[in-house]
Parts: sequence; C-alpha cells; structure tokens
Amino acid sequence: MAPRIDVTDLDLYYGSFLAVQGVTLSIEPRSITALIGPSGCGKSTFLRALNRLHEVVPGARVEGKVVLEGSSGQVVDLYGSDVDPVDVRRRIGMVFQRPNPFPTMSVYDNVAAGLRLNGARMNRSALDDLVERSLRAANLWTEVKDRLDRPGGGLSGGQQQRLCIARAIAVEPEVLLMDEPCSALDPISTLAIEDLMTELKEHFTIVIVTHNMQQAARVSESTGFFNLAGPGRPGHLVEINPTGKIFSNPDNRATEDYVSGRFG
Amino acid sequence: MARVPRRPGDRVFAGTATGAGILILVVLAGVAVFLVTEAWPAFTAPPAALPGGTGLAGYVAPLIFGTLVAAVIALVVATPLAVGIALFITHYAPRRLAAALGSVVDLLAAIPSVVYGFWGIAALAPSLVPAYRWAEKHLGVIPLFAGPASTTGRTMLTAGLVLAVMILPIISAITREVFSQVPALHREAALALGATRWETIRLTVLPYGRSGIIGGAMLGLGRALGETLAIAIVLSTSGGITLDLISSSNPSTIAANIALQFPESSGLAVNALIASGLVLFVLTLGVNALARRVVGRRADLSGAT
Ligand SMILES: Nc1ncnc2c1ncn2[C@@H]1O[C@H](COP(=O)(O)OP(=O)(O)OP(=O)(O)O)[C@@H](O)[C@H]1O
Ligand SMILES: [Mg+2]
Repeated sequence: MAPRIDVTDLDLYYGSFLAVQGVTLSIEPRSITALIGPSGCGKSTFLRALNRLHEVVPGARVEGKVVLEGSSGQVVDLYGSDVDPVDVRRRIGMVFQRPNPFPTMSVYDNVAAGLRLNGARMNRSALDDLVERSLRAANLWTEVKDRLDRPGGGLSGGQQQRLCIARAIAVEPEVLLMDEPCSALDPISTLAIEDLMTELKEHFTIVIVTHNMQQAARVSESTGFFNLAGPGRPGHLVEINPTGKIFSNPDNRATEDYVSGRFG
Repeated sequence: MARVPRRPGDRVFAGTATGAGILILVVLAGVAVFLVTEAWPAFTAPPAALPGGTGLAGYVAPLIFGTLVAAVIALVVATPLAVGIALFITHYAPRRLAAALGSVVDLLAAIPSVVYGFWGIAALAPSLVPAYRWAEKHLGVIPLFAGPASTTGRTMLTAGLVLAVMILPIISAITREVFSQVPALHREAALALGATRWETIRLTVLPYGRSGIIGGAMLGLGRALGETLAIAIVLSTSGGITLDLISSSNPSTIAANIALQFPESSGLAVNALIASGLVLFVLTLGVNALARRVVGRRADLSGAT
C-alpha cells in the first residue's frame, strides 16, 4: 500500500522566484523521513509540492519529476497530465504548520469530514468507530469525548492540531506529510504524536518537517538537510542520509554545523 | 493603584465616535417622532373618513402585503443568483474575467432606479407576456398563476424580478467580499483531504461566508422593501390582496403608493399615507434586527480570526 516516492531534479518556483532548486531524493515506504533546515530554505514549499498543494498558490509551479511507486509495482507520475490532483491528495494527506480545523464544524464532523467526501456513505456506527479510533490515535479522545458536538474552533491550539492529525489519518492516506506538526504542542502531546508516527509507519510513508533536532533523531529513519546558499538564493537539498549518520558523521560540513548548532 | 493617564488622542477619538453614535440615534428618533405625530390622526379617525373607507388596517394591509410579496420574490430570485455569481468570481473564474465581471456587477448597483423602471416596463414586461400566458394555461391550478394573465406584463412577478436585478449587486458584492476572505488555511485543509473544488467550497467557503450571505440578503431586502420608483413605474395596481402573481390587478407597495398618491392627497389621506410610511419604517427596522440576530448568532465561530 505505502508507496515509495522518487523525486528527480525538482525545481520550485513562486512566479519567477526560484524557491527551491534541484532536489533529488527517494523516500522509502513505511518509514519516517525528516526534513530539517533553516527557516526559509523551502522545506514547506517542497513538502507541498509532494501532494500538489502548491497549485493553489497563484503563480507557483514545479519543474522536474516526482514518481509514486506502489508496492505492487504500479507507477504514477505525480505531475502527469492525466493525474487528478484530487486523487493525489486523497493518497497523500497533510498536517499543517498552523492548526486549521474547520472552525464552525463540530469536533466529530471535523474528523469525519474527509470520510464523507466524494459521496462516500458510511453507516453511523462504522463512522463513530473510525472517529473514535482516529481521535484516540491522535491522543485527543479523552479530552474531547464529551464534547464531540462542540465546534472545532473552540479547542486550544494544541488540541486543534491533534484534531487536524486525527482528521488527516481518518482517511487513511498512504503518505502523510507533516509540516512542523508539533510546533504548537506541549511535550506530552509531542511525545504522543511521535509514538503515533512510529505506529503509523507500519502502514504509511511519513515525511515530517521539523525544527526540533531531537525529534528528527528520535523518530526518523532518514533525514534530509535543506540549506540556503544565501539571501535571495534558492534553497537546495544538501544531503539526505540515514538519521544516525546525519547526526554523527554527515557527509557535508554544513550539515554538521547545522545539527550541532554551529549554524550561521 | 495609579490611574492610567488618558491620552488626548484617545479622548478626541472617543468623543467623536460617541458623538456620531448619538447623532444617529437622534436622527432616527426624530424620524420616528415625526412619523408617529403625523400618522396619529389616521389612527384615531373614523374608518369611513379614510381613503377606501375601510379604516386604516383595511387601507394599509394590502400595501404591506404587496410590499412583502415583491420583496420576497426579489430576495428568492436574487440571493441564489448572487451567491452563484460571487462564488464564480471568487473561486472559478480566471482572474482577468473575475475582475471584469466584478466591476460589471458593481456597475448594476450604480444604475438609477428610474432606469430600471423603464427597462422593466418597456423591455422586461412585454417579453414576459408569453410566459405568463403559458403559465396561466399550464400552471393555472396553482394559485400563484391563476390569471387572468396580464396583457401588458406589468404584474407582481415582473415587479419582483425588476427588484431582484436591482438588489443583485448589493447581495453579490457583500458575499463576494466575504468569500474572498476565506483563509487559505481552511481551503488547504479541505484540499489536503482530497476534496474537489465544490467540496472545498462546501466545507470552507459556505460556512465561512454564511453570515455574509445573510447580511447581504438582508441589505438587499431592505432596499427591496423601500424601493419606490421602479415599482411605481412597473406595477399595475388596481387590486387588493391576492396570491396571483401574473394578473394586472395587484396591490401596490407602501413606498410606491406614497409616491403615487402623495401629490393628490390632502387632509386625512396624507395622515394615512404617513401611517403606512410608519409601518414601512417598523417593517424595515424589524428586518434589520432579525438579520442582526441571525448573523450574530454564530459570528463568534465564523472562523474570522
Ligand atoms: N506563497 C508564497 N509566495 C511567494 N513566495 C513564497 C511563498 N511561500 C513561500 N515563499 C518563499 O519561498 C521560500 C521558501 O519558503 P518555505 O515556506 O518553503 O520555507 P520553510 O523552509 O518552510 O521555512 P520555515 O522553517 O520558516 O517554515 C522563502 O523564501 C519564502 O519567502
Ligand atoms: Mg515551513
């Protein structure tokens, strides 16, 4: 089920501004890949290109190739002209940097939102089960089980983020992209999310952007380091290697400086 | 505890804002007092002395009915259309087209109502006559189309449609404004779940824009209730309360009736007209209050952060 993602020579533009240049990497199925790097180097930009969400930004475009390779060998060219972005996003879910539950929708309906798309019908008890399972998985169930019918916008920031995670995993995507999912969370919820990721990787492919080195070191199998050559210059992938190697003896001097805090 | 010093800028601003608020209330109260004192004789006069000879209620009731029917037709026709236009402009049209279309719709709002009146009587009414005939023949069992179909087309339905075109730009301008402010975060949330464009709109734009739609519709309704000239020109008025929308005997509306009757009225008839104006005033206030309640009810959760 979980596909492997092959990115070849990917350039990302906002209008005429080249934000990220020449990314080539492979993301292994059923593993966690962490992306680290200084602010503005294009981690979010790269991540959003993986489920074609860059297309909602006017003027944003990509050059290069991203291929999804399923376990049974079928291959999908992500940017192929015959590929529907809606299908891509159904397979590749995303959790955003800032929590974004549907504010007027109830907690329950937020989690169920993805399940009710494209005319899907589920009977009530199956839906109830799935909502509960997703909320439990996101470590939110005990806090909201008595107010499932209250608006999602009324939760605390950290609760909202966990609600978004529950919403994203409820539809069981094959790949889960997470853009600094824990930056609004307390340490306990952060650990819970990390445990959750470790569980999810049994089935899913996970890519997480994080500024937290310990987090990258704790959860990920591989780590990619993005950097900026200078202000106004495009971001690029410096190296991607097994996480242990990145944090002990990386190939690149810049990586070593960054992970050891000697950056800039 | 030390008192927080008040800065002069704050004081000036607070003063002008309070002053403006009080001024509005004073003007409103002045209008209300004028209406009540001028209308009073009509309330106390013997029924036979009033125009129509059936008392004030008998005089005003058909006018209220006509006003409401025309306004409701306008609202029912214009609101979905305006929401559709706003959606198209904000979420479907290519940017160039959206800008052009937006200004065309805004332009509709700038056309004086006398022009709408002429358009209604000279173009819309005659072209609707065949449709009215057809409706009388095939839908005659429904009281709304009982007929006899008007031969001039100057019916309640035509008047309502003219009003609909007039309030369309108001409603669509407001909904468009609200729709275009839906936070990108919400849209991305829906898209990332694999929502199609329509599903994205249903999940994010419509809930977020709900209060805008209602507010726009109520503003439109306010304008439709008070519209005078277009109705006075278009509507053929010779009847009382009727559900029939396609005949030429219709009740007038309060505003159009005042405009048409005032020059030829004197004495108690003027008081009766002003009394009907008072009713319109209360009606419009009521609509506004209702809109406020509806919009305010869930405004705290509309996602406007
Ligand atoms: N919508 C946009 N339009 C134009 N430029 C953008 C847009 N979004 C991002 N950029 C630019 O692209 C570059 C990469 O931004 P991006 O958000 O991907 O960085 P990031 O690595 O995620 O940073 P952070 O760690 O702060 O989240 C930056 O120079 C940014 O200014
Ligand atoms: Mg980012």
